[in-house]
Amino acid sequence: MEHIRMPKVENVRLLDRLSSRKAALGTLYLTATHVIFVENGSETRKETWVLHSQISSIEKQATTATGCPLLIRCKNFQVIQLVIPQERDCHDIYISLIRLARPVKYEELYCFSFNPKLDKEEREQGWKLIDLNEEYNRMGIPNNYWQISDVNRDYGVCDSYPTEVYVPKSATAHIIVGSSKFRSRRRFPALSYFCKDNNASICRSSQPLSGFSARCLEDEQMLQAIRKANPGGDFIYVVDTRPKLNAIANRAAGKGYENEDNYSNIKFQFIGIENIHVMRNSLQKMLEVCELKSPSMSDFLWGLENSGWLKHIKAIMDAGIFIAKAVAEEGVSVLVHCSDGWDRTAQVCSVASLLLDPYYRTVKGFMVLIEKDWVSFGHKFNHRYGNLDGDPKEISPVIDQFIECVWQLMEQLPCAFEFNERFLIHIQHHIYSCQFGNFLCNSQKERRELKIQERTYSLWAHLWKNRADYLNPLYRSDHSQTQGTLHPQMAPCNFLYKFWSGMYNRFEKGLHPRQSVTDYLMAVKEETQQLEEELGILQERLANLQKSQLDNDKDKSKQQDQSKQLGLFNSSNSLANTPQEYSSDLKSFPSRSPSQGDEEDSALILTQDNLKSSDPDLSANSDQESGVEDLSCRSPSGGGCLPSEDSGKDSDEAVFLAV
Amino acid sequence: MEFAELIKTPRADNVVLHRPFYLAVEGTLCLTGHHLIFSSRRQDNAEELWLLHSNIDSIEKRFVGSLGTIIIKCKDLRIIQLDIPGMEECLNIASSIEALSTLDSVTLMYPFFYRPMFEIVEDGWRSFLPDQEFELLSSVTDEWRLSCINKEFSVCPSYPPVVIVPKSIDDEALRKVAMFRHGSRFPVLSYYHKKNGMVMMRSSQPLTGTNGRRCKEDEKLINATLRPGKRGYIIDTRSLSVAQQARAKGGGFEQEVHYPQWRRIHKCIERFNILQESLIKLVEACNDQSHNMDRWLSKLEASNWLTHIKEILTAACLAAQCIDREGASVLVHGTEGTDSTLQVTSLAQIILDPRCRTIRGFESLVVREWLQAGHPFQQRCAQSAYSNGKQKWEAPVFLLFLDCVWQILRQFPCSFEFNEQFLIMLFEHAYASQFGTFLGNNENERSKLKLPQKTMSLWSWVNRSEELRKFQNPLFEANSLVIWPSVAPQSLQLWEGVFLRWNRPSKFLDEAHEEMINIIKYNKELQAKVNALRRQLAEMETDDKM
Repeated sequence: MEHIRMPKVENVRLLDRLSSRKAALGTLYLTATHVIFVENGSETRKETWVLHSQISSIEKQATTATGCPLLIRCKNFQVIQLVIPQERDCHDIYISLIRLARPVKYEELYCFSFNPKLDKEEREQGWKLIDLNEEYNRMGIPNNYWQISDVNRDYGVCDSYPTEVYVPKSATAHIIVGSSKFRSRRRFPALSYFCKDNNASICRSSQPLSGFSARCLEDEQMLQAIRKANPGGDFIYVVDTRPKLNAIANRAAGKGYENEDNYSNIKFQFIGIENIHVMRNSLQKMLEVCELKSPSMSDFLWGLENSGWLKHIKAIMDAGIFIAKAVAEEGVSVLVHCSDGWDRTAQVCSVASLLLDPYYRTVKGFMVLIEKDWVSFGHKFNHRYGNLDGDPKEISPVIDQFIECVWQLMEQLPCAFEFNERFLIHIQHHIYSCQFGNFLCNSQKERRELKIQERTYSLWAHLWKNRADYLNPLYRSDHSQTQGTLHPQMAPCNFLYKFWSGMYNRFEKGLHPRQSVTDYLMAVKEETQQLEEELGILQERLANLQKSQLDNDKDKSKQQDQSKQLGLFNSSNSLANTPQEYSSDLKSFPSRSPSQGDEEDSALILTQDNLKSSDPDLSANSDQESGVEDLSCRSPSGGGCLPSEDSGKDSDEAVFLAV
Repeated sequence: MEFAELIKTPRADNVVLHRPFYLAVEGTLCLTGHHLIFSSRRQDNAEELWLLHSNIDSIEKRFVGSLGTIIIKCKDLRIIQLDIPGMEECLNIASSIEALSTLDSVTLMYPFFYRPMFEIVEDGWRSFLPDQEFELLSSVTDEWRLSCINKEFSVCPSYPPVVIVPKSIDDEALRKVAMFRHGSRFPVLSYYHKKNGMVMMRSSQPLTGTNGRRCKEDEKLINATLRPGKRGYIIDTRSLSVAQQARAKGGGFEQEVHYPQWRRIHKCIERFNILQESLIKLVEACNDQSHNMDRWLSKLEASNWLTHIKEILTAACLAAQCIDREGASVLVHGTEGTDSTLQVTSLAQIILDPRCRTIRGFESLVVREWLQAGHPFQQRCAQSAYSNGKQKWEAPVFLLFLDCVWQILRQFPCSFEFNEQFLIMLFEHAYASQFGTFLGNNENERSKLKLPQKTMSLWSWVNRSEELRKFQNPLFEANSLVIWPSVAPQSLQLWEGVFLRWNRPSKFLDEAHEEMINIIKYNKELQAKVNALRRQLAEMETDDKM
């Protein structure tokens, strides 16, 4: 609280990004965890809440006659433009936010104060929902070829690896330790995925410290052990996910890549995925395009191309596809690495796992996948997503790209995933929100030291509890698309990669389809379920009636109630009723027009544009009822984007979830 | 002329057919007067491909030794390849296809020979008559009348025989207005907005010329559509500079001094060869099989196709906004009033009028605003994306309109009774069809060709329940509201169903569609069952009481 110089400013205007003429007047509040804007007047008192941890940048712009503009950009791609009347107030807010948005110790993060009113036992249960040992068991491990190793039990070998690591049975502690000394940050080859059907596996590591000529017997033995753990494979692929040039450059620093001559029976392959700095800049460029005010089609497409974003997404997908093919079609094991083996390697291993195994395409399985390839293997969440104040050059949208790859796959294979787009967006949101403890810190070791599980709640339990909101109505576990390895269109697939406006223009609701097929179908399915139940009851009653011809009067009223309930589709589609600005000419009319008497009127009509329903986007209001209505007017359960434990006082972040 | 003269080799064996995403098939190729037929008689996989010659946009031939290859590019954007053994056969077949796909005379086209194999329930030629439309209008307003001034197509050759005009304007005045408008296309009613009584009219440009000619009757006519003290908007689909240039050629636009109650807005919708080139570039980009993402996006951008979509949609939204939000009447025109004008007036109706979002309503819209309104289909759709001859009159105006409808459909997936397939079907039939509906350039030509007597209407075929089933949107729920689409670039997408139709495997998407239909079908079945049971129970219970 000591950082808040100014807890409240009145007469602040919140601008609409799409239309400068739509501004809301209200009061700005600063709390220990949130920036809150509450609109004046109107019954709804629309509110906009932003978590400090979501803030990625704050920009104070030149003071104008109307006040001092403050631009807040968020990590979940929300952009908030405020105009504060007094320069001094604006400065205070700015200074406070700069500090609040960059906490210096973990204890300042929201998850340590967030209290969803669960008791201790519920919290513990929540953390137990995802169990990686169970997951490796599901894969069929341990078995004759693979075992769990305790070589890293005190993080003695590698401090960014988990304590429990799966390695080939023939890899002795000596080999592991030897190999780890020959790998960047001692990240030795360990199992990421095992394919029960053909014993092929995906292992991951960091780059070898080969320099120009160095070699390491234990590392060579390690790779051989991986190959031998797959009796059907004559060789293994070693996939270096970096562009060749980058890998070569690393050799000068005593790092590098495997020399095919030194390792027996490996096939070495480069797959050029760019590094975190290129990706950060690419996202930056794409977001600039998203922020353009009324861009032309050319501005947009040119900017999208220029950002290179989709090219990078495709590169990650291509790498994942290559590995999935090697495992599923050739039955060959693969070792994947990049430099440190915690960014590109995590992306590629998880894409490949997702393609290979239908389990990861379920709600639970997807949580397991993130826990396995990202959380446990030391993806540096804190550095990459800037949870604590740190080096801005460490920040990069690595997991965002993985999440987008999943979305691109969902677009191509609409029946293959149990979850929907909302699930992905909420996960992205919470990777940055720091509301749950899952993604804190840079490694398992750090999380254990902080006692995360005792002091915070698990996101997975929260999502699992609300899983009904995240289901894809087109998913059927017995559908052909949900079986076995996925084969996305691979050859001429450029045009299959699309800009994801649901994510990057997430808060500009006006840009999205106004009716959601997903919500509609979910509502139909829910009704179907009710009908099935009623059918059962009716059939039973009929049977009874036919048998005994008893008087059943008393049930009658109940039935009528139910029939009313079923009429759930009403077309109250308020979003349909808001035009955009289609012409810049139109607004200039009144000034040009000769006396018609009603010019002011008409100008007004054009500017008002039915404010209330038109923009749930920026508002993300805490008025949950109306939020729900905007989201999914068709869902009888109210879309249910708002997690139930957020409905009380702690409902803060619920509002952002209003996807 | 006998088609037989054009067919020197009517049949070739051992021909191999190549298509993207299918294995090559060997079979027999036959040529008839109107079709190219390929049939493979393999036991496991007998299949036939029937291609209308009129669907063929261009053909290329190549030879390797005595094996000839013909690449056929179709107006529906499909590309197939046929390997034909024998140099002479291949040459003969190629020249036959070339001749048969470019017949000069309309009366030699397939619709004049086609005999339907289905029972005609309803004659589509009589499904959408202007009288019916006017009857609907008369039930809500008496300010309009049906004028038969163009009965013999004597006043305006590109208008239908009857048009709807303000009641207060007599035929004599209409004749004078016709003299003042390009191609005699005087302002007529396009749409009446029941909600507030505002109207949309369309016409061609006024012939003001450089010396600012005026026409009192014209002013009177369009003023007759205004409520007292109200203003209207003229949406000129050309940019101001283009409109100004038109004056040098005798055209022009409504001067503010003469039309003080009207505000003119210029929008910039491209025409003719610019659109045609845009289509050619887009399809070229879509057929580029290279793996380079940057090239794809820059080619997509360079085609400008989505820019045209955005411009057209924006103009239509503006017209709708003027009517519904501003409470003002609107007059739309460009130069001739047969292309961009119709795109705008028809799309505005889809936004405003829920009826146009039903299957029948949409058909009626296509008939009123495109066929009867005199969009020159025969000229515009003579060639498609693979044309090389740069004919001045070809342009994918109607395809752009359908694409815009698809964009709105994508944004409001539950508000349309029809699905994407319906739009694709209309695209196909506008370019090549067994039906006479899209033949000719206007009603005048159609009546001279006696199309209703000599050919079958597309609507006779579509509006049978067997066919309709394919075109129904399972998600449809009547939405009585005005639907405002987003025209932001992020909201507009490439219409994959048309442009990538032959370049991507559609299995997964088809399965998803199937799944959607099943979910809803099952729900409806259950509903019916439950209702029947409820009724049965209620009856038994009342019986019981008695």
